[in-house]
Amino acid sequence: MLSLFVSVVRRDLLLAWRRRSDVLTALGFFLLVTSLFPLGVGPEPEQLSHIAAGVMWVAALLATLLSVSRLFESDEADGTLEQMLLSVEPLPVIVLGKVCAYWLLTGLPLVVIAPLIGLQFNLSADETLIVCATLLVGTPSLSLLGAVGASLTLGLRGGGALIALLVLPLYVPVLIFGAGALDAWRAGLGIQSHLALLSAVLLVALAVCPLASATALRIAQD
Amino acid sequence: MSDSPLTATRAPSSGFSLFYYASPQTFFPLAGKLLWPTWIIAIALTIAGLYTGFFIAPTDATQGDSYRIIFIHVPAAWMSMVVYLVMAFWCAVGLIFNTRLSFMMSSALAPTGAMWAFIALWTGALWGKPTWGTYWVWDARLTSELILFFLYCGYMALQAAIDDPRRADRAGALIAIVGAINVPIIYFSVKWWNTLHQGASVSLTQSPSMASTMLTGMLLMALAAWAYTIGVALVRVRAIMIERERNTDWVRQLGNAAQAGDSKA
Repeated sequence: MLSLFVSVVRRDLLLAWRRRSDVLTALGFFLLVTSLFPLGVGPEPEQLSHIAAGVMWVAALLATLLSVSRLFESDEADGTLEQMLLSVEPLPVIVLGKVCAYWLLTGLPLVVIAPLIGLQFNLSADETLIVCATLLVGTPSLSLLGAVGASLTLGLRGGGALIALLVLPLYVPVLIFGAGALDAWRAGLGIQSHLALLSAVLLVALAVCPLASATALRIAQD
Repeated sequence: MSDSPLTATRAPSSGFSLFYYASPQTFFPLAGKLLWPTWIIAIALTIAGLYTGFFIAPTDATQGDSYRIIFIHVPAAWMSMVVYLVMAFWCAVGLIFNTRLSFMMSSALAPTGAMWAFIALWTGALWGKPTWGTYWVWDARLTSELILFFLYCGYMALQAAIDDPRRADRAGALIAIVGAINVPIIYFSVKWWNTLHQGASVSLTQSPSMASTMLTGMLLMALAAWAYTIGVALVRVRAIMIERERNTDWVRQLGNAAQAGDSKA
């Protein structure tokens, strides 16, 4: 099972490496959206550092949403998905491998680039570290939940708007705990509780989402 | 149609079975018989509840008469939550036992549930203006009710986007169940978020001791909302059954019988 997981991850990473521009789209979107906020709400440093965590988190949600609809698209187009459904290997593990590769390609870069945006939004080093830590624990949940939406809307008309309607309400807890950590820290409450809750959400998502996504793929390809 | 001819034409067995009414063919006449009693109960309870609420219940000491919207607001909020759970229940039953009727029941309930959520939000906003001085606050209950409304919308939009009814049923069922798992998580996350921010500056709970007539009115309205929901879901599920099973024998016989009745009259 582990070798299956590793080979799926490697395959998806290799495919992405061959088409690098796809990966950069989500990252570019994240950078662009966060850079637009100062233009919209005004450049006062205090105000910017106040809204920084929320802006980065909402931008991360939207960047995930933008790219996750393509998670199964190319596999469906070239028939790979059908082979995955037919194979004797457990489908949830294959889905988990795909989501893991997807997170490495779109979630992890957001975490890496976040300090740069922290600079733009006048965050101190500690505050930037907190935002990065919450993004590191929170973005895998976003990818997992997004995979359920992607497999449900696979091949449907108006898939992009539909996946937003399906998935965004489910993102609410992640957004609240992720963006709230910085406020809690500023209020002197510490961030352990928020990180623990984010990890709890991640664990539940790890247990439920691959199964739900595999079921949805079987329904879609019935 | 993907329905197997076996289930469509099999004569209902006479012995008691848990699944006796799980087939559209047997449930359709039952739903028809239940319809009128349900409507009569709904109308009677609504009249009784509104009369109790608007004429018998005393004026609130702090809120004046504006509190009387509670008789619509609270039943609507209760129903919006209950209907989602019932919907998710039918979806789970459908996925487990592979019964078509369960999915039909679920999609018949969704618009009514969304309507209750919308009414709860709307009446809440109207109530909030005179009592809190604002139409909207990011209170835990308001926010989770709003998200519940979005969950209903997502379920209906997904079903509407899929042409194949079998796939629509199952995909919708999956998102309804995932949503039902998420509803408590969303509620508590929003609650903690709010208390972290501003504390319990706004609370929806009324004065601890509620006049008994107020409670009676509210319960009557809640039961009326139940009856209305059941009635309207039965109407809708009957329409869905006929639409989906239009190529089967029993619907054709139904049509013939209706025509014969028309020509007689």
